[in-house]
Amino acid sequence: MSREAILGAIRRGLRRGPVTEDTALLLRARLALHRRQLIPARSRVPRPAQVSLFLKNLEAVFGSFTRVADAAAVPEAVASYLAGHNLPFAVAIAPHPELRDIPWSERPLLALREGKGEAADLVSIQHGWGGIAETGTLMLPAAPDRPTTLNLLADTEIVVLRASRVFGAYEEAWDALRAERAGRLPMPRNIMMVTGPSRSADIESTLELGAHGPRRLHVVLIDDDPEAKET
Amino acid sequence: MNVDSPDFKRRAKRALDNASLQSALTATRGAFAARRAAAVAALPEFEALRDAAKAIKDHTLAHLDFYLETYAANVERAGGHVHWCSTADEAREAVLAICRGVDARTVTKGKSMISEEIALNDYLEANGVQPVETDLGEYILQLRHEAPSHIIAPAIHLNREDWERAFRKAHTDRPSDRRFAERRDIMVEAREELREKFLVADVGITGANFLIAETGSSVIVTNEGNGDLTQTLPKVHIVLASIEKVVPTLEDTTSLLRVLARSATGQDFSVYTTFSTGPRQEGDLDGPGEYHVILLDNGRSAMVGSEFQDMLRCIRCSACMNHCPVFFAVGGHSYGWVYPGPMGSVLTPALVGIDRAGNLPNASTFCGKCESVCPVKIPLPNLMRHWREREFERHLTPPVVRANLALWAWFARHPSVYRLATRAAARAMALASRGRGAFRRLPFAGGWTGGRDFPAPEGETFFARYARQQRQQGRNPR
Ligand code: SF4
Repeated sequence: MSREAILGAIRRGLRRGPVTEDTALLLRARLALHRRQLIPARSRVPRPAQVSLFLKNLEAVFGSFTRVADAAAVPEAVASYLAGHNLPFAVAIAPHPELRDIPWSERPLLALREGKGEAADLVSIQHGWGGIAETGTLMLPAAPDRPTTLNLLADTEIVVLRASRVFGAYEEAWDALRAERAGRLPMPRNIMMVTGPSRSADIESTLELGAHGPRRLHVVLIDDDPEAKET
Repeated sequence: MNVDSPDFKRRAKRALDNASLQSALTATRGAFAARRAAAVAALPEFEALRDAAKAIKDHTLAHLDFYLETYAANVERAGGHVHWCSTADEAREAVLAICRGVDARTVTKGKSMISEEIALNDYLEANGVQPVETDLGEYILQLRHEAPSHIIAPAIHLNREDWERAFRKAHTDRPSDRRFAERRDIMVEAREELREKFLVADVGITGANFLIAETGSSVIVTNEGNGDLTQTLPKVHIVLASIEKVVPTLEDTTSLLRVLARSATGQDFSVYTTFSTGPRQEGDLDGPGEYHVILLDNGRSAMVGSEFQDMLRCIRCSACMNHCPVFFAVGGHSYGWVYPGPMGSVLTPALVGIDRAGNLPNASTFCGKCESVCPVKIPLPNLMRHWREREFERHLTPPVVRANLALWAWFARHPSVYRLATRAAARAMALASRGRGAFRRLPFAGGWTGGRDFPAPEGETFFARYARQQRQQGRNPR
């Protein structure tokens, strides 16, 4: 079998047989400890600065944001963003409990369809699992209430994110994910880390936004974290 | 893919004479380097991260068998399948069998160098399965029946007119008098055409930048989002990956990701960095029902423990070619196989054999730029030198070169004769250039003078001048 052939050739190259039980123990410990390597200093700052760093980096990659005081202000923020960009009020939205708790009915013109993304969608609203300040990256793990297609098919993706879910470095997000998934498979089927709207530089090495995924990425940030608020 | 590397010299010459290629290369030369430099300058820890990245890869390679087995076990735990394939043939057959299993008619494809390596598209097509490349650059190459000329910017050799021409020829149900006023119009047309393909494909095939042993995940890094559409919409997701892509943990992957995008495009992070682990889980509303990994060796295990093991650290960022004077003079196609630039000059002989790639390790000025930008610190010039030595040992060097090298070696062992002969040659050349100081043409050196003048010696050899200056400074030359 090719499996044995490949492993055998590797071991011949390394001039040894299968790893010894002692080595295997060490290697398994390395996996279990999943030690952090070097984390850049830029995200090692107090909470308010972390959130501003996230937003600054998001804008640097052509994302945009509205910062609101609480969940009740989200419908207004979404509606004015859509109106400001001449976008339709028909929206595909993730069936997530946190999004369901938002008082959408105060904006009756917003027509929400819960479910996964469809080819005809122009606007989608996704639940923001987390944000990473280091690079302005959104972390969007797939879940029944966070379908991946909402990140891909619409022209405009709006992500509702709580400030308390903004992490400094990726490593903090990994630990939060591990804690959340304890007792289940370690990873959801898919995790998209999204840093700005889709783009390509394939035509004459010149950057154009909106290649295959959304050409606009907007974050509505809810200031739910007293420690992260700017003073 | 056919190996055309032995033809490097002829292809390089043709490339130098190709005006449209030269204009495309000139337009991008320098841009990659400038973007990388800016990203590196913005991250004070970059150098330390390079060391960390190298250490992670070295550790993994030293225990590659362990990490591959752990990885495979974790893929299976998540409900995926791993197909271990020693050769390109096995990999192609495994892919076809999976496609047949779901009666696939079309497959969409994200960018994958492994797919090029095993020439998957031709094989699928010959067996009744239609592959559709979805990366913009790869899409136009498929329309033009051409190979990529760069590992992350596959269509870097094309100009806007090439895109327009190919689109007009391929998309015949659109009005023939439509205008492409801007680059954007080209992209929008491609987006619309490919949307249709994404929606009907039965199988999606992507590559992998990393495989994570801890979790059994595969990682792709893209800017367009085509890889994500490819792997999310169809019933089946197939990952094509080679064995050296495995890394231990999420944290290790994160460290490598920190140097990857910066080295590649000068972005801090690519737009989409996506981790895939097995098929759809309970309750998921989307995602594939089957998840397969083709784990390809194709010559890599033989590099483990050899003087070329360092090359297995490569994370395919393309920085080495982006900073290579040879690459920007002759373009990626000259290298004749999948991997161009310095990394190709080292990897191609290892994967296809030095007898079929003999010229490549010579395609270097040994300026050392590639090694200095490589995020995992691969000693590329040294590895090329190893290949040259092997090539010479195995008598694969052309007879003229061998004869000249032998002659030079004899002179080198007889320094007084060497000095005498070079002094005579320098005087003769100075006289022959008639004071112009340069030659437009030289016998036996057409390759040099085709692209530039050859400076004529001023009548004195380096040795003679060095000795004279040392004497003037009162020092004693040896
Ligand atoms: S050899 Fe180094 S610089 Fe070149 S592609 Fe590989 S990792 Fe990047």
